[in-house]
Amino acid sequence: MSSEIEAIQDPGLPEHKLRQTDIDPKAADRAERQVAILFLLSAASTVLFIYSYFFIPTDTFLFIPLFGDHNAHQLFLGLGLAFSLLFIGLGAVHWAKTLMPDHEVIAHRHEFRSSDSDREEFVKTAKEGAASAGLGRRSLIKRSLGLSIGLVGLSPILLLRDLGPTPGDDLKTTSWKAGTRLVTDPGDRPIRPEDLEVGAVAQTLPELAPGKDHHTLNDIAKDAVLLIRLRPEEFNLDAERLSWTHEGLIAFSKICSHMGCAVALYEQTTKHLLCPCHQSTFDVTRAAKVIFGPSARSLPQLAITVDSEGYLIAQQPFTEPVGPSFWGRKA
Amino acid sequence: MSARERIAGNVASYVDDRTGAAGWMKKNLQKVFPDHWSFMLGEIALYSFVILLLSGTFLTFWFDPSMREVIYEGSYVPLQGVEMSAAYASALDISFEVRGGLLMRQIHHWSALIFMAAIVVHLMRVYFTGAFRKPREFNWILGIGLLTLGIVEGFLGYSLPDDLLSGTGIRIAEAIIQAIPVIGSYLSYFAFGGGFPGIAFIPRIYTLHILLLPGIFLALITVHLMLVWYQKHTQYPGPGRTEKNVVGYPLLPMYMAKAGGFFFIVFGVTALLGAVASINPIWLYGPYTPGQVSAGSQPDWYMGWLDGLVRMAPPIEPVIFGYTLSLNILLPGLIIPGILFTGMALYPFIEQWITGDKREHHLLDRPRNAPNRTALGVMSLTFMIIALINGGNDIIATNFDLSINQIMWFSRIAIFVLPPLAFIITKRLCLSLQRADRDLVLHGRETGRLVMMPSGEFVEVHEQISPEKAWLLTQHEQNQPLELAESDLRGVRRPGLLKSKLRKRLAVAHAVQVPKPNLSDLKELDHH
Repeated sequence: MSSEIEAIQDPGLPEHKLRQTDIDPKAADRAERQVAILFLLSAASTVLFIYSYFFIPTDTFLFIPLFGDHNAHQLFLGLGLAFSLLFIGLGAVHWAKTLMPDHEVIAHRHEFRSSDSDREEFVKTAKEGAASAGLGRRSLIKRSLGLSIGLVGLSPILLLRDLGPTPGDDLKTTSWKAGTRLVTDPGDRPIRPEDLEVGAVAQTLPELAPGKDHHTLNDIAKDAVLLIRLRPEEFNLDAERLSWTHEGLIAFSKICSHMGCAVALYEQTTKHLLCPCHQSTFDVTRAAKVIFGPSARSLPQLAITVDSEGYLIAQQPFTEPVGPSFWGRKA
Repeated sequence: MSARERIAGNVASYVDDRTGAAGWMKKNLQKVFPDHWSFMLGEIALYSFVILLLSGTFLTFWFDPSMREVIYEGSYVPLQGVEMSAAYASALDISFEVRGGLLMRQIHHWSALIFMAAIVVHLMRVYFTGAFRKPREFNWILGIGLLTLGIVEGFLGYSLPDDLLSGTGIRIAEAIIQAIPVIGSYLSYFAFGGGFPGIAFIPRIYTLHILLLPGIFLALITVHLMLVWYQKHTQYPGPGRTEKNVVGYPLLPMYMAKAGGFFFIVFGVTALLGAVASINPIWLYGPYTPGQVSAGSQPDWYMGWLDGLVRMAPPIEPVIFGYTLSLNILLPGLIIPGILFTGMALYPFIEQWITGDKREHHLLDRPRNAPNRTALGVMSLTFMIIALINGGNDIIATNFDLSINQIMWFSRIAIFVLPPLAFIITKRLCLSLQRADRDLVLHGRETGRLVMMPSGEFVEVHEQISPEKAWLLTQHEQNQPLELAESDLRGVRRPGLLKSKLRKRLAVAHAVQVPKPNLSDLKELDHH
């Protein structure tokens, strides 16, 4: 700061103001009583806590206007705990504010930097130490130590290898094969085209392979398929994709092509599928083409037809991996 | 000497004989802590951490972190007979069979939200007052580390119950891992012990959530606090407060009573929330299955901005030489957060580079007196808030009957337009506040009293402000921007000209200010 400009001066720490409790013994006694009352309220709340724990049945419900039904056991247990803690805190703070000495104290700061002589001595000691170990001179030791420490660091990473298998083809395959029946989820019942009216949507899974009694979550994570029925003339598909539909029935993977959530919302009037996680929107009439949101790919379409008994089946497996993208998806 | 005093004395000397702690204790019981409400934000975070440890330990006694399939037979009727993971079933049991279990679950979740909120607001206080400046840069970085760790720890925590909502969150995390170029699908298969969801993930993140991460937390928090202790707390400017002193209350008894009392208040308020405000009612969501999702799926608030960024990302997914690069996931999920957090961690050094200021600072800045920094902070907050709002776009759309597409497009445009706008507006506001301070010092405050002069003219009487207030408004330094020579003494242009030009421009922008009044200004005014 230049010397010709005269700065406004620091008036210094304001004078200490005495509180009512500092000058009036009656006020101090009153404050003491207030603090004691707060602590006693805490004790009373703990009694409420203990009472609620033992004597309010866990299935008692209490109607509180605006809040609705509340479990009385949980409510009073919580209130007891909350107030027993809160009043201890309020009491302590009130005690500190009214009765404890409130003289502001000044402490001095010192620069953190060590003195120059300390620094020099430190550098000297460190250098001497390093030199006496011969770290600078004996480069063979230095390099071989570097190598061994580097390699030792690899061991824990290697040990993590058995956390899981490599993906292999797992991400690219599902349980759908040519001729696999579509079954309802839940229920595992095979489906005939006439089970779905126009505008209806059903969640389906592939029929269980012989010997399996339920779908594992890992299977569902790849196999879940949405079956939707439109009027055939509503489709806007090329010949191949049209041949993948059956009498207005069209099937898509339910696993979002963006981040793998279940694409669970179907809007009947617009024929749009919407993923509730990130709002990727797919147009059913155009083979689930992305029309909005962050997803970059259509939902994979499952080619369907009916078997000799009239049940819906897959014509072929999915022709592309389902679910979110990964590096080797197309490889 | 009373018997009690004699016993206390004996215990103290027993300990001191073996540790020599008396000298250290004597000094530190007198340690001075400056008083300000904003210094309690970090305390809230610390106390919430303690509450998390206590309530979390309680929960571990009953929680079974296993993805083994069981049939639910507990007392919650709507789910009886439903197949679910043991993790979800035990979380239901904690809620319905263990007395006080639901209370503890809700206290644990509420205090996690409060913990994160306190960290974020504490970080804002430290940023806007310049408390991160030398010598506290290390502690700033530690703080950013704790924030990052908190986000991860919170996510793992609410993923544990394995309900439909949290399972969906794990699915999204899996997709982010899977999107990492080259090794993504391998990392995912290692993390999940195979394909998603597998049976290994919940037990694994349980170990991270209750052991590894809390351990790291504890270590980092300890260092964070030791540095605060050792470097002494910063203080707000005011009469009698300088760079060379600390003005406040001694640890014993005032600060200890207040801080100790405040712990109980924070715990009490958290318990009150746990008692009356339902949070994460997992029994309503049902067990996780990849084929289902509940509409309006929302992460906890501190993850919301990330989800909002993912939602607004453009659908770009180039295929390069046959390999898929999911930029629509990588950009919002990893790259942008990485840039934001790295920038945040490096900010103290960036500002030091701009100002060339290598001195220690213990007096806090009033945010208006550092317009550039304040504007940058508000700009970042604006970015985050838009992202957060977009993270709840579906909730907003249904509650306010708006089109979700329009909200998304609003966010996509706003995230580019509004932050710079916020920067400009904030900087103008800061300078206006500086001007208002200057006027207040020079002309005093308006009293609202109108006086008619003999000439018939009306004037409002102004009143000088107190010397304390005048000092507060003028105590800050006003430095000129760093001078950087473009050529050295012999006229040769320096290398790295572009860098020094950038630095110069930033230095000028950083030093924009309204000159503060000084005594000569005041004296000159007296002549009129």
